[in-house]
Amino acid sequence: MVFAASTLADAFDEIGESFATQHPGVEVTFNYAGSSTLAAQITEGSPADVFASANEKQMGVAQAAGRVTGDAPIFATNHLVVITPIGNPAGVQTLADLARPGVHVLLAAPGVPVRDFAEAVFDRAAAESSFGSDFKQRVLANLVSEEQNVRQVTAKIALGEADAGVVYVTDVTSSVSGQLAVVEIPPQFNVAAHFPIGMISDSQQPALARGFVDFVLGPEGQRILAQWGFSPPPSG
Amino acid sequence: MLLVLPPLVLLLLMVIPPAALALRAAAAPIAALELLNRPLLMAVALSLTTTAMSTVIILILGTPLAYILARYRFPLHDLVNLVVELPVVLPPVVAGLGLLMAFGRSSPIGALLQQFGLALPFTTVAVVMAQVFVAAPFYVRTAQVRFAAIPNELDEAAAMSGAGQWTFFWHVAIPVSRSAMLAGLVLSWARALGEFGATLMFAGNLPGRTQTMPLLVYGAFERDLNLALWTGLVLVAIALCALAVGRLLARGSSLPTAPLP
Repeated sequence: MVFAASTLADAFDEIGESFATQHPGVEVTFNYAGSSTLAAQITEGSPADVFASANEKQMGVAQAAGRVTGDAPIFATNHLVVITPIGNPAGVQTLADLARPGVHVLLAAPGVPVRDFAEAVFDRAAAESSFGSDFKQRVLANLVSEEQNVRQVTAKIALGEADAGVVYVTDVTSSVSGQLAVVEIPPQFNVAAHFPIGMISDSQQPALARGFVDFVLGPEGQRILAQWGFSPPPSG
Repeated sequence: MLLVLPPLVLLLLMVIPPAALALRAAAAPIAALELLNRPLLMAVALSLTTTAMSTVIILILGTPLAYILARYRFPLHDLVNLVVELPVVLPPVVAGLGLLMAFGRSSPIGALLQQFGLALPFTTVAVVMAQVFVAAPFYVRTAQVRFAAIPNELDEAAAMSGAGQWTFFWHVAIPVSRSAMLAGLVLSWARALGEFGATLMFAGNLPGRTQTMPLLVYGAFERDLNLALWTGLVLVAIALCALAVGRLLARGSSLPTAPLP
């Protein structure tokens, strides 16, 4: 049982299949949700073998609960993008447009890593005079809903229910890219999201859990992750 | 003895979760003042105002519907009955998805609304709509059963004194059915209060605008377990009160009450 952040769904499904092929008789099941939800479930004692989080803060929650005791290496890096429905009804062309009055913005709920990263991006932009020091407040004033995970944000934008959302580049998959338009975030404002993975200490299948973690960190796992838009972990 | 065991198991299953919630919340070191934090107050205010609005709407729109279904035979009567019962068995999140498909920006209705600069998703109106959708059947059913049980003698007496249909409805049927109508309203109000899946899907989740108490519990679970526990406890208390009031009102009615739909 692998608990993984929502944005990892496609990549990990494929990794799970590949892992199962190499370990006949093994079935890998996944629980995808916002990392904060997963960390809370882990804290409450949910049975699990591996936890792949979208940020180190939620991995820290699992570690503080004593359920991840070994190391939790970074296995991937991710970046944020702004997405709008195809056709861009509100004419969101740049990051600054998120603060334009009347634009309906969707973000994940506080605590979900992609929300923390998005606010970090807004803070960085606010430091630049052209955005204005109240940039983050103005974007948050445009918020119409706070979703439980990043894929909910993506789905609602794809449906056209809101004007713009902030998600990971890995959420713009082939199944939704036809319904989305992507607005790049200038690199100087974007964050490098480091995704850690750790074994659950009381896993009922420690050898397999270890094997899965190694698989994700190994060449095949990394290849699949890259295919789905993830960047490699920082070297060293 | 053997007959008592299965019910005991079921009862335990139903009683332990609320009890555990209460115990866990009571053990949580939370100062009374801390309970008065903004998200909880906003959620309580929003839950109470939206359920008040949806209950009024359900009363105004549902009473004639229940009356007509109870006392008139017409083509498609069975179909209408089915439509009224559907929200009860439909999973709420599916109801929310349906509402989104019907009234979201990408729907014909949604596109029409956008012409006027209006949009329904992510608004408090959407919260009320979701509540009305899931809770209306509970009132309509209860009222319908009661209206159908109005004794023929009353009809005959009204006919003899020359009372028309509207007069009968307003001056006989409603006063006679008041207790059952109230009981039905309490039931539908409680259902509206607890609505989660449809609200989350259709109305979204924003403190102060669409984050009702159940949504707060869900969101707070991963950030502030104490807040989630205490919000949940308030909801359990409200639910218990609603049931108690419903029972009292139902007993006040002179005719057999409707079973839970």
